[in-house]
Amino acid sequence: MKNELLLTHWCLIRNNQVVTDDKVENVTEIFSTFAGFLKALYKKEQISYPKFYKMDSLSKLGFLTSEKVLKESHVLDHYRNEEIGIIIFNSSASLETDIEYQKTIQDKSNYFPSPSVFVYTLPNIVIGEICIRHQIKGENAFFITEKFDAGLILNNVACLMESGRIKACLCGWIDVLEDNYESVLFVIENGSSVAVDEDQAAKGSKLTGRTLNNIYYNNGE
Amino acid sequence: MEELINKLKKEVIEQLNLEDISPDDVNPDLPLFGEGLGLDSIDALELIVLLEKNYGLKIEDPKDGKKIFYSIRSMAEYITEHKKA
Amino acid sequence: MERTNVFIARDNVITSLGFTTDETIRKIKNNIVGFKPCTDRSISSSSIPLSLVDTHQLDELFQRTVEIFRPDNRKIRYTRLEKLFILSIYDSVNEMPAGIFGPETQLILSTTKGNIDLLEEEKKKLYEPQRVFLWRFAEVIRQFFGFENRPQVISNACISGVLALSHASRMIQSGLCENAVVCGGDIISEFVVSGFTSFQALSPEPCKPFDISRNGLSLGEGCGTMVLTSSPQKYSATNIIIAGSATSNDANHISGPSRTGEELAMAIGNALKESGCEAGDVSFVSAHGTATLYNDEMESKALSLAGLQEVPVNSFKGYWGHTLGGAGLIESVATVRSALDNILFRSAGFTNPGVPESINVIQQHTIAAVNNCLKIASGFGGCNAAIVYRKQNSMQ
Repeated sequence: MKNELLLTHWCLIRNNQVVTDDKVENVTEIFSTFAGFLKALYKKEQISYPKFYKMDSLSKLGFLTSEKVLKESHVLDHYRNEEIGIIIFNSSASLETDIEYQKTIQDKSNYFPSPSVFVYTLPNIVIGEICIRHQIKGENAFFITEKFDAGLILNNVACLMESGRIKACLCGWIDVLEDNYESVLFVIENGSSVAVDEDQAAKGSKLTGRTLNNIYYNNGE
Repeated sequence: MEELINKLKKEVIEQLNLEDISPDDVNPDLPLFGEGLGLDSIDALELIVLLEKNYGLKIEDPKDGKKIFYSIRSMAEYITEHKKA
Repeated sequence: MERTNVFIARDNVITSLGFTTDETIRKIKNNIVGFKPCTDRSISSSSIPLSLVDTHQLDELFQRTVEIFRPDNRKIRYTRLEKLFILSIYDSVNEMPAGIFGPETQLILSTTKGNIDLLEEEKKKLYEPQRVFLWRFAEVIRQFFGFENRPQVISNACISGVLALSHASRMIQSGLCENAVVCGGDIISEFVVSGFTSFQALSPEPCKPFDISRNGLSLGEGCGTMVLTSSPQKYSATNIIIAGSATSNDANHISGPSRTGEELAMAIGNALKESGCEAGDVSFVSAHGTATLYNDEMESKALSLAGLQEVPVNSFKGYWGHTLGGAGLIESVATVRSALDNILFRSAGFTNPGVPESINVIQQHTIAAVNNCLKIASGFGGCNAAIVYRKQNSMQ
């Protein structure tokens, strides 16, 4: 018997816009670069986490999106760290950083492979960064698809929830390639979990592919 | 030596992405690892790259790294000593 | 509600030791390891030991396979990794009922870097730019075989292979598919060799997992496939099932493992619990055993925490190196063969114990009853995975 899954919070970042649970953040400055945008958002959130600056852009984007959504959500207080899972999808894997790393080895006369860049040439590192920040230790996985696929996200989360292994899941899409970036993270909880109180259950919407697609396609224009 | 130390401070900050730190914040005699700058194992590897890239010095035995990278000053001393040779 | 059992129907591995599982196992039994000093300057300027698949044999076998199975594709250029995947899957599904390509089958691929060699200037011109995307690589594989469903791709560092098998078994148990063809692999490239070199992680000699004088990992390339099914009779499956699996995250450091091994132990515990096994029921552990100082240390702690200190353990990496996205599949296939043949394989490269917790490293090939096996893996990003294979008495 499948327990009902609830979407309790989400955050989407695209086109210099940050949308959290339908609240659009006023973006008062225009950033000339994606890197500039990320740094400005980090400062705006008043986060003190020097490791942020060592991350590649995929990890920075994922880190910031998870900061926003987890600030709204109570999952970190209500569940044990091994009861929270993280499932992320994207299209480019770590290609942005792969290309950057390739540059450090392309020219044999200027050959300096960089370990701090190499470590980010794996897409699941963004999951690692989020886990370290919030001490999340549960099931985790990184999938690659050509496009955002709400049905696949839904099925994968449902599979894991069904196994009883996790009670909450931070899941979604984080993609960066050249100047194109977008991320959306959803907090999905097991509806029968005691942590989801009546108030939340009323506010949270029943999880369908359409719900996720609406959020992904209709925000951050 | 002081000139090299100041140069090194800037290079280390840049190579290790220590963005919120300015050269004035860095005491050249304090340990780089452990307390202070909170550098980790990947930073240690990047410092090895820095020495090779900027000063043409290759560290043959990584175990020497602990001594060489103890502080900015010990790095400067290593560079000064080996560049003469 | 009774759980659906996920049976292993077929398998294949391609490594430096051969192009079929039988070939590779035969070589293991004869204590042959697959390392040779690197002589390809385009991969590395040093002569570090690498476990490479024979290119000449690979190309020849691939040409023949295309002629037999997909002659219309003979003019298509395939990358090295694609050839490995196609040959491995072909050897597995060949002679299976045609239903294996149908709507009830999910193709799941595991790789850490895919066609990463296509970032090299010389290779860029030979393929369309999209080919470097993992979903595009997966589509090339799907198209070759005509699998009906869109493939799923997992790219999760060195646990990718175990994770792909875990995910496949969950999909089958959830009723999302009846069968899964799970294939994992990676090639050796300058990209990866230079990266691990910058990490000072590579051993100058063939790796020595768990040994006191171990000093780093040795890279290998290869591919492994498992065909899983919930219809063992229809597909004449073995009597080995995936009984449980789990993943976890250290939440400690992105490249260094947990110093305590607690989180890997937790994944092991969860996988065992799901499989209905206790530590005492485990016949054999196929460790991750990369032979780096820290990994093997952490793993010994994890095994001890999980109550597995006495259980015979090995690392297959002493035979064919660390195959990254292929490791979970290739080593799982070898683990299952251990169970099918009732043999505990020696941990190649091991002589003297060198980890903080005393674990039972297999020192010579031993005939033994092998029933419940545990395969574990850990990877960059702090991830850990564990999977339990069990020999069933009957196909139920």
